Amino acid sequence: MTTQQNTQNSVAPLRISAGWQATPYSMVFLLFFLIPLGLILMVSFWEFNEYEMIPTFTWHSYISIFEGCTQLNEYGDTCVTLKTYGSTIRISLIVWFITLILGFSVAYFLAFCVRTTAMQTMLFVLCTVPFWTSNVIRMISWIPLLGRNGLVNQSLVGMGLVDQPVEWLLFSEFSVVLAFVHLYTMFMIVPIFNSMMRIDRSLIEAATDNGATAWQTLWSVIIPLSRTGIIIGSIFVITIVMGDFVTIGVMGGQQIASVGKIIQVQTSFLQFPLAAANAVILLLVVLMIIWGLTRLVDIRKEL
Amino acid sequence: MANQNFEPKRPAGYVGLLTVFVLFVIFLYGPMATIFILSFQGPDGGLTFPLQGVSLHWFYKLAEGLGVVDIGAALKRSLVLGLVVMSLTMVMSVLAGLAFRKKLRGGNALFYVTVASLIMPSIIVSLGIGLQFRLLDSALKWCFEYFAMTGMLDTFGTSLGLYSSALGAHLTWTLPFGLLIMFAVFNRFNPAYEEAAQDLGATHWQTFKHVVFPLIAPSVVGVGMFGFTLSWDEIARTSQAIGDVNTLPLELQGLTTTVTNPAIYALGSITTMVSFLVIGLTMLAVKLLSKRRT
Repeated sequence: MTTQQNTQNSVAPLRISAGWQATPYSMVFLLFFLIPLGLILMVSFWEFNEYEMIPTFTWHSYISIFEGCTQLNEYGDTCVTLKTYGSTIRISLIVWFITLILGFSVAYFLAFCVRTTAMQTMLFVLCTVPFWTSNVIRMISWIPLLGRNGLVNQSLVGMGLVDQPVEWLLFSEFSVVLAFVHLYTMFMIVPIFNSMMRIDRSLIEAATDNGATAWQTLWSVIIPLSRTGIIIGSIFVITIVMGDFVTIGVMGGQQIASVGKIIQVQTSFLQFPLAAANAVILLLVVLMIIWGLTRLVDIRKEL
Repeated sequence: MANQNFEPKRPAGYVGLLTVFVLFVIFLYGPMATIFILSFQGPDGGLTFPLQGVSLHWFYKLAEGLGVVDIGAALKRSLVLGLVVMSLTMVMSVLAGLAFRKKLRGGNALFYVTVASLIMPSIIVSLGIGLQFRLLDSALKWCFEYFAMTGMLDTFGTSLGLYSSALGAHLTWTLPFGLLIMFAVFNRFNPAYEEAAQDLGATHWQTFKHVVFPLIAPSVVGVGMFGFTLSWDEIARTSQAIGDVNTLPLELQGLTTTVTNPAIYALGSITTMVSFLVIGLTMLAVKLLSKRRT
């Protein structure tokens, strides 16, 4: 107890109280995060016309979003909202699966196959540098490769594998998923690598000495101990893809629907109550996913 | 390999994993390399290979401007905003990081808000801030009318802007990274140095200035780099929370649908070079600061 108090006292480097030190930081999140979120919730219950928002309390926006969602239409389809959520969730799952496998493999290579720390740091930085460059540039850099006259099509036609250039390479769901994987695998690699570096190497030796095969060691030792990283990475990737409208817009040729895109379009038409209601629903869906995932870890202990 | 027995065995599947890693790095950098090469496309060349000669033609075209978009002005705006975001991120993150080392009332709540901001879909944050400032506009206009301030009423446009709403939007994205880095730093920080300084009679401020800060300085530079580069490339959170002017990435996003010549690659090469320059300078600074420490 005394040592505890000792550290408490001596750790304080400035005599300014903790509350004051955290004030600028807290104010930013109060002003630009908590209040805006509150306003979204409030405005989602407002009315609007072509010119302005009308303060009131109504469920109109929510009702119009889910209009016709209770039954299938004559073509056997559900409503636009459910379809859009369906396709957004589907893309999220595909991207999540690919980034998880790829990110885990890369992290595993960095953590267990590279011998010197210097090399490890260098290769890790090599993987993370593109994160600090422009996302849009990284997206358009696929055009010379995947376009109608791009490198891939030139080679395919040149080798005689196809007669006509393949159209679905660019501005399609394929290019959207490819761009997501390109942009966000980093969000898987970093937390998983971080978790793997904390694994006590003697545990792996022990498993091997006791006759576990490589797969058994991977499955029963490494994966369970990397769980935190896997979950944090998954949260990042899923929430980013669920709310995205930039990548889907640019790589989908502005043709593919997503929840984020709906919100963006409604905002640009000044239909704020509708956009706000959509934002609330998106938030609930994302929160449900995160809640499911975070119950398993305490992020703070992992830093 | 004579001393193979003394080396730890390569894990199973080494060759496969190495292949995956190499392919992944090519996948990461290959496309960037292609647009870098294509930005030197000859005047007659198009958006794809082959290169029709090598020239700086498209960089000159870019300098002349792309249609109605003033790239120079957008570049300057993004640069200055990035520097402001960088400075604020460094100061606020360090202060908050120090606060979290003491007993901080509401610290848990603040931490959860931080994580929430990090993983909140950006479009929601952007919409919220846009909405907030539009409501503020309405309130201000109502006030001007109420107090019959006609002068203000005529001149007032909107409170949305680069250094109000857009700055706030950027900070909600950069500060969480800043604080998490500070957590990682202070988790590994040995308080013995501080105790020693204070035992020798240093004041709190002296302890911070001469002991704590030099030790955390390389990480603070890292926080600054996060602040600048994340702001420099930010689109999603800025999109709905900016008024009439646009930042460089927003202009760039618009140009992807309108510009159909390699000038856009030239622009891409320039922005990427700025990012690389900042990363390089950061690494240099971190290295120098760490060296001074020992």
